[in-house]
Amino acid sequence: MFSWKEIPIGAIVTAPGSAKEYRTGDWRSQRPEWDLAKCIKCGLCYIYCPDASIGWKQDDGYPWWDEYHCKGCGICANECWTKAIHMVEETE
Amino acid sequence: MAKKVGTEVSFAAAEAIKLANADVIAAYPITPQTHIVEKLSEYVADGDLDAEYICVESEHSAMSACCGSSATGARTFTATAGQGLELMHEVLTIPASSRLPMVAAICNRALSGPLSVWGDHSDMMGVRDTGWVQIVAENGQEVHDLLISAFKIAEHKDVMFPVMVHMDGFHLTHVIESIIIMDQEEVDKFLPPFNYDHKLDPDSPVSVGTYGPPHIYPEIKKAQEVALTNSKETIKKIWKEWGDMFGRHYNPVETYKSDDAETILVTMGSFSETATLAIDKMRAEGKKVGLIRLRLWRPFPFAELRDAAKSADNMVVLDRAISYGGPAGPLCSEIRSAFYQMKKRPQVVSFIGGLGGRDIAPEEFEEMITKGVEIAKNGSENEYEMLGVRE
Ligand code: SF4
Ligand code: SF4
Repeated sequence: MFSWKEIPIGAIVTAPGSAKEYRTGDWRSQRPEWDLAKCIKCGLCYIYCPDASIGWKQDDGYPWWDEYHCKGCGICANECWTKAIHMVEETE
Repeated sequence: MAKKVGTEVSFAAAEAIKLANADVIAAYPITPQTHIVEKLSEYVADGDLDAEYICVESEHSAMSACCGSSATGARTFTATAGQGLELMHEVLTIPASSRLPMVAAICNRALSGPLSVWGDHSDMMGVRDTGWVQIVAENGQEVHDLLISAFKIAEHKDVMFPVMVHMDGFHLTHVIESIIIMDQEEVDKFLPPFNYDHKLDPDSPVSVGTYGPPHIYPEIKKAQEVALTNSKETIKKIWKEWGDMFGRHYNPVETYKSDDAETILVTMGSFSETATLAIDKMRAEGKKVGLIRLRLWRPFPFAELRDAAKSADNMVVLDRAISYGGPAGPLCSEIRSAFYQMKKRPQVVSFIGGLGGRDIAPEEFEEMITKGVEIAKNGSENEYEMLGVRE
């Protein structure tokens, strides 16, 4: 962690893409879980995720989940029309 | 060669910005600042100043445009007053924390309501804690000189803060004075081009004004506060350089016959010049009175003030703003707290006057000093006295 003496002038961030290092997933109280047997690979969860925490697996085309940045909002579970996603309590 | 001309102070202000070769001016016209920005837009339209003049739709936008402009490394200027400064307020804290140098001329105007276009310091006090360097001018020459030197202060690598130069609305902005207008060559010698190390540049990207979660916010604030406090030494150095080059000297605390004074009057802004008349008269009568004018409002010049007032038993402070329902006037409160820890400290008495453009005559300054000494001796049940209000 920075001491106040190490703060760059104006708290400017000089490394591009550094927001990635901030793990917003730490805020989560619930996490989505997938039942891939019900998933039809429609991509709605990917479109709706406000944190860009869902992507696509190259090999099988199923959704991929970014556990470091997902804030656990539950939107994906709400939008998935085949109910392939449900929210469970975050215990980690 | 610099030349002495009779000119409206607002025009001398605009001339200063032209001489400083500002790159971007973003401003919204508001009385009594209008003549400054009108003149600047003329300079730009006529090709006399190679700058981008952004006609914004509000002061909020003006300050937002200034932040962006400064972040690209452009020399940036704006001007406003009263409610305009209030509308700008939300954005004012941003260039201070992001350390974006720029200069703003504030043509001090009373805050509404009732609606007033005339001068006092209520707008200045409203933006006290926005983190800007704040300098107060007393006459037209100071407006001209302090605006040019404000760019050097703002952009100095040991400062890197936005700077406000306060000038009293109408009492300064709309009067015609004899002012030495600087010569371009001289200004160029004094003021180097703005060179911003972290400017927005696609080849070397930076993020300005990012998010500061709890684990970093207090560290950022401390770094900002220490930098602002430390900027005082650089400000003094730059003013000394100006004095050495051009013979007009500026200090964080200006004094007038205060060396051996038992009672010191404290003022800020254009009324200080009127106050000197009262001091002269009382001195001629053998009274040991003197005057201190605060030029640097932020960072507050604690050491210089304590030193300037070391002979004083009494200090009588004029505020041109009210802290509603609070203690003395804001300037007086700060002067009091500057002395509170001292073993030998003067009695500090608060007067509030000159609100909403009301004049204060030399005789009233005299009455204020006399009454102030009496209150210092006998006390008063009022937190402050209000000057010249009809009963
Ligand atoms: S819970 Fe919210 S943040 Fe997490 S993956 Fe689903 S939509 Fe994205
Ligand atoms: S919304 Fe449901 S069905 Fe569609 S891809 Fe996401 S998990 Fe699969």
